This record gives sequence, structure tokens and C-alpha cells, in this order.
Amino acid sequence: MDKNAYSKLAAEREKRSPSLKDCTFAFLSGGAVCALGQLLKELFSALGAETGTAFSLVSVTLVFAAGLCTGLGFYDKAARVCGAGLFVPITGFSNAVTSPAIEARCEGAVTGVGSEIFKIAGPVIVYGNIASVLYGVIYYIYLCAAG
Amino acid sequence: MNYLYAFLTGGAICLLAQILVDKTKLTPANILVMYVCGGVALSACGLYAPFAEFAGAGATVPLTGFGHTLASGVKEAVEKQGLFGCLTGGLTASAAGISAAVIFAALWALLFRSRDKNI
Repeated sequence: MDKNAYSKLAAEREKRSPSLKDCTFAFLSGGAVCALGQLLKELFSALGAETGTAFSLVSVTLVFAAGLCTGLGFYDKAARVCGAGLFVPITGFSNAVTSPAIEARCEGAVTGVGSEIFKIAGPVIVYGNIASVLYGVIYYIYLCAAG
Repeated sequence: MNYLYAFLTGGAICLLAQILVDKTKLTPANILVMYVCGGVALSACGLYAPFAEFAGAGATVPLTGFGHTLASGVKEAVEKQGLFGCLTGGLTASAAGISAAVIFAALWALLFRSRDKNI
């Protein structure tokens, strides 16, 4: 079978994801994670944290909880249904760090867990960092030009 | 009311990502990188801070909020330290999230074994 015929066949057999259902679940689950984040933020604020610190603590708490759920196997099951709703929030970042770390456990502490931990989340940090440094340079030039 | 805004805005940001997954050939990893860089860009234009003011956790919990944290950290550091701040600001501001992710991931890797993903 030549390449064109194959890709045509593959396109026909491809399991089309039911878009409306996916989108509904993504919206509801993503919204729920953010509402939970808001609840935690109000809680930390009530305990006396400043706004910036409170939001950082929300991130830390969600990262902790999502990592635990990943370890227990809940997160990946839920993510299959919820799609983007569970990989776009910070909990998805946590899942992307924890999941390869657990997988790589049998390959050792250094070449396994140590190197695999940023396998998926690494690009996010790399390009986020590059973008922010570029912005910093532009902002510096702007400040100089503005005097 | 804060909860409703957080729910609606956070949900909308995830919905947009889901549409990108379904309608384009972009992988989740591509979308996450786009979201972080988009967050940096929106923050640089001064649009993300007022949005975060309004949406609360709906703006800070999705990965675009991570981009906003990086960008506002760089902005502050450049104002204080000049050009050197470009290198220190972003990761300083986002240190809590990244360190927490690393520490907890290492902890969970010690405690849990990998399981069959196809159950």
C-alpha cells in the first residue's frame, strides 16, 4: 500500500474525538480546578497571607494534590475524560512532572527520575524562560529610551 | 462571585485549549508552550494583570498565569537591577511552583510504583 492510500485509510479509521463532549468536560473540569484554586486563595488570605503569597501557596497546594492523585492513578484516568481541563491548569504541570518521575523510578535515581522529571514539563520552562528574558531585554531598552 | 468568575474564566481558557486539541494537529505539549509564551506576551502588554485582578484563580491557575508570573517577575527585577534583572526575575518569581513540582514529584516517585495506564 502506498503512502497516500495509507494516510487516507488512517484518516478514515481515526477515532474522531466527539468535540462537543470534550469541550464541555474541559470547560467544567478546568473551571472546577480554578474555582478550587479560588477557594484555597480565600483560605490562605483568611490565614493572613498577602495576595501574591496566597496565589503562590495555591499553586504549591494544587501541585502537591495533583501529584498525589497522579501517584494514586486517579489523575490520568480523569485526564482522559477531561482533556485540556486537566492539563492546562497548574495541576496538569504537576502531573507532567510526577508521571514520568514515577515511570522512571526503575531506571535509577540519577539517569531515571533525575533526568526524566522534566521530560514533558521541560519545554514549558525552557520557552517560558526564553520568552520572559526577551521581554526583560525589550523592557530594559524601553526604560532606557523613556529615560 | 469570585468563585463564579474563577470558574468561568478558567473554564474558558481550558475550553480554548480543548478546541485547539480537537481541531488542529497541535499536541498538548505544544499548546502548553504556546500558553506560557502567550501569558508572557499578554503580561508584557499589560493585559494580564487587570485580567488576573478580575478573574483571580481563574487567571493564575491555568498555565498562562505561569507566563504572567515569569513576566511580572522579570519586569520587577529589571526595574530594580537593570539588565541583569532579565536573568534573575522570571525564575525567582516562579521558584515556588517549580521547586514544589520537583520536590513533590521526587517524593511521589519514591512512594508510588508505576501502574498500567490502560486500565
